[in-house]
Amino acid sequence: MINVKNLTKRYVNINAVDDISFDVEENETVGLLGPNGAGKTTTMRILTCFMPATAGKVTVAGFDVFTDSLNVRQQIGYLPENVPLYLDMRVNEYLMFRAKLKNIPRRERRKKIDYCLELTGTSDVQNQIIGTLSKGYRQRVGLADTLIHDPKILILDEPTIGLDPNQIMQIREVIKDLGEKHTVLLSTHILPEVEMICDRIMIIDKGKIVAMDTPANLMKQIKTGSNVVLEIKGDGEKIKNSLSGIDGVRSVSWKEKGDANEFYVEGSGEKDIREDIFKCIVKDNYILREMKRQTVTLEEVFHQITTRETEEVSENA
Amino acid sequence: MRNVPTIYQREIMSYFYSPIAYVVISVFLVASGFFFAGNLQFWQEASLKGSLDSIQFFLLLLTPVITMKLFSEETKSGTIETLMTSPVTDFDVVFGKFLAALTLYIVMILPTWIFVLFLTIFGNPDFGPIFSSYIGLILMGGLFVSVGLLISSFTRNQVVASVIGIVSLIILWVVGFLSTYGEGWFYETLRYAGTFDHWSSFTKGIVDTRDVVYYLSFTTLLLFITVRNVESRKWR
Repeated sequence: MINVKNLTKRYVNINAVDDISFDVEENETVGLLGPNGAGKTTTMRILTCFMPATAGKVTVAGFDVFTDSLNVRQQIGYLPENVPLYLDMRVNEYLMFRAKLKNIPRRERRKKIDYCLELTGTSDVQNQIIGTLSKGYRQRVGLADTLIHDPKILILDEPTIGLDPNQIMQIREVIKDLGEKHTVLLSTHILPEVEMICDRIMIIDKGKIVAMDTPANLMKQIKTGSNVVLEIKGDGEKIKNSLSGIDGVRSVSWKEKGDANEFYVEGSGEKDIREDIFKCIVKDNYILREMKRQTVTLEEVFHQITTRETEEVSENA
Repeated sequence: MRNVPTIYQREIMSYFYSPIAYVVISVFLVASGFFFAGNLQFWQEASLKGSLDSIQFFLLLLTPVITMKLFSEETKSGTIETLMTSPVTDFDVVFGKFLAALTLYIVMILPTWIFVLFLTIFGNPDFGPIFSSYIGLILMGGLFVSVGLLISSFTRNQVVASVIGIVSLIILWVVGFLSTYGEGWFYETLRYAGTFDHWSSFTKGIVDTRDVVYYLSFTTLLLFITVRNVESRKWR
């Protein structure tokens, strides 16, 4: 549905987006991840025809964003960052205005508006002035607006920013449901979010794509090691020494935790060291209270990928 | 063209939701009423002589206040992004906003017909110059609004938009006076470019095609530049 080829956007002296290419398939949900200023918003603005690209070709639903801009805009629902709305209008009036602007036939407008109000849970506030609404409701009104013309493609720029945890969950549910029938491209820096709702993740940093894969594969890619966290009752130093002797253990560190000690064992390879650790502890008659393998979170993946890039850059410099 | 009415409707709605329309209209009516009374006493004749020139001066000061928000507000609040990413052409947006501001301008000058009513009650005014003056006022309004609209499309700050708008209109008004300092094509051009000369023939009861063409073509040119400026986002 979205094809991006060698897209570059150059501002006065920096490349905000630097030669990126990617495709988004129909009904796929793709998360765009990246630190602030990585080029997420710029990419989205180009896809939505708000800005032109310096170079490269972008087609959305088969239409070129530069030459066929009106057709592209008819196909997409775009929710910009910070959700700009006309604060002096009532929710109903605003949605009616947007419905007309998006060329919805007169007879269907009311039905579509009611449907979107229902979907985003804003029916209760439909007669309120937008300026008096809380941030969470404004976000939903914005979302209702992006959905009103039943676009094939949704482009959402940080849709859950500034919401409270409950609202975040609700909006996520809505997006997840939408993702089944729509192509969704969303940006965020909240990582559990992409993990939950996205089929694929694209990490961009300094205008370049540094990783693109499914959340599961991305986490596999990163060197997970085979790190184990243990809670053992007994003399800390002695345990540390015997753990260090196990084949495949690279390092051991520990600290007191209540009446026991917590150990952090870093494995050196792909080998699962848990069995050996267990045998070792049993042999020395220590009491094992807890053993768990440390799972890699997306946060770490993101951190590793984006900082790896910086390190390379600083080495080159 | 399809979305011109949609944009127009929203702008009108927003004018009357905000205090701007009411403030501008009241200020204008109080000031022009005051000057109408003054001029009437001075000239002692049943015409809008004198009053129209002061009305024109207040329009010069107040029209930029009407137009200042048209683009500045959208740029500042970011709604320009949702507006321009909906399937609507730049021309529709510019023209819809232009018509809305022009409508408010006309709503503003309409109550001054009460002056005409007074004149007919207490005297016997000549309606020729009065009608032609109002045609002139509306044509001039188109020009003033398009100047303000263009300036609003350049800045996100409404105060800047209104101040530059007022200054530009004053310059446009007085530039014709410079023509008295010399002869030749240069001064002739200045005289033609200034609004004052074109305006004064309307107050005398003359609807000259040259003046009508001046206002309409100048307005069209400015609207064209505004559309280009709004589009320029796409080439920068």
